[in-house]
Amino acid sequence: MVTIINYGSGNISAICNIYDRLRIPYKIANNEDDVEGAEKIILPGVGAFDETISRLDSSGFRSILDHEVLNNKVPVVGICVGMQILAERSEEGDLPGLGWIKGEVRRINPSSLKFKPKVPHLGWNSVSVSKANKLFQGIDAEQGFYFLHSYYFHCHNSEDVLATTTYGQTFASAVSNKNVFGVQFHPEKSHHNGVTLLQNFATF
Amino acid sequence: MLRSRVTPCLLVHKRGLVKTTAFKDPKYVGDPINAVKIFNEKEVDELIVLDIDASVQGREPDFELIKNLAVECRMPFCYGGGVKTVEQAKRIINLGAEKVALSSAAVQNIEIVGDIGKAVGVQSVVVVLDVKKKGLLGSYEVFIHNGKKATGLKLKEFITTLNSMGVGEIVINAIDRDGKMEGFDFHLIDMVREMTDVPMTVMGGAGNLDHIRQVIQRYKIIGVAAGSLFVFKGKYRAVLINYPNKLEKQALLQ
Repeated sequence: MVTIINYGSGNISAICNIYDRLRIPYKIANNEDDVEGAEKIILPGVGAFDETISRLDSSGFRSILDHEVLNNKVPVVGICVGMQILAERSEEGDLPGLGWIKGEVRRINPSSLKFKPKVPHLGWNSVSVSKANKLFQGIDAEQGFYFLHSYYFHCHNSEDVLATTTYGQTFASAVSNKNVFGVQFHPEKSHHNGVTLLQNFATF
Repeated sequence: MLRSRVTPCLLVHKRGLVKTTAFKDPKYVGDPINAVKIFNEKEVDELIVLDIDASVQGREPDFELIKNLAVECRMPFCYGGGVKTVEQAKRIINLGAEKVALSSAAVQNIEIVGDIGKAVGVQSVVVVLDVKKKGLLGSYEVFIHNGKKATGLKLKEFITTLNSMGVGEIVINAIDRDGKMEGFDFHLIDMVREMTDVPMTVMGGAGNLDHIRQVIQRYKIIGVAAGSLFVFKGKYRAVLINYPNKLEKQALLQ
């Protein structure tokens, strides 16, 4: 059973639709009680960093998520801004992140790009898997995933980098530390690869 | 490596899908949800859906339709048509669209572009500009309400304004080339590419895959959108939803 955190951020219906088709059971957590005893947690997210983290706080999910992820070691995957808030801080905002993975979120440096367009990083880009893991099993790395972001996750520990992508500079397009995972791209909008990744997360 | 995007653009008119020529003579091409299902199977890069009635009729976006489209789309989805307020844009993003497109609202009140960017993230804000060549000096004017209403705004000036405001993407739609399937206006695209750093998608003129290939070769990373090409087949414009297969796509991107 996958528990999807509904705090008013991110494309929950697209994720549900994929799990419906895969016949993988999931539930949408609308409040903290729904998270208790979760087996797998998906933390979606779109928009600005501060707005996303304040929504998570004001919706009351923060303490139960800390408890399930840090104490009970429940596997969690953050998607897009849901990944970025795993970091300790972001150049995009002033509020601290969840700090589950050591790192900070930085703005894509436009001067690293030789030709236009520059920011945001928008479209389909390939990934390069940095360490063997179950999340990327069966993924066509060349085909890659759909990205839409202006900031990227900078890991303080290179062993937390799960996959990289190059757009001007090379950045961590997926991160992981123990039971905590994050992907910068949108698996829910990445056709076959995205379906495979969401299936992997639910079943590993 | 980041790849160029090849994007079908679907027009909604009276709740069905249509395709126009030079923004006129809408021809019915099918049901929106059914089209999305077919484009899912064809693994299209992304999809743009524009409701061409909403702004003209002065009504709100059709949220029920947007919801149904977003649930069905396995690819990124951009919705445009009748979006005037921050609340509407937030609702559209929360329904599951990746991007929300503004046209007449941006032209009439530029501040709304910034306000919506703050609410949903700048990267999700798309401005669609319908443009027509004006005079002999090669300048372009921005039109709204399906090409019916001239705004008096010069495209160049408006791009400068958008640069200072910050947007996620600019879609340039060449009104005169719409539905003609005779190729893209490079003069127009050159000008806009020169003026802005943000991602752009060009529309108006794609008649075959070679037209798309020419654009990608010239600009390296760009979005190329087409309507007629992906909904019609053959010289009699029989309705048939289509999209380049994997091999054809690779050839386009090389």
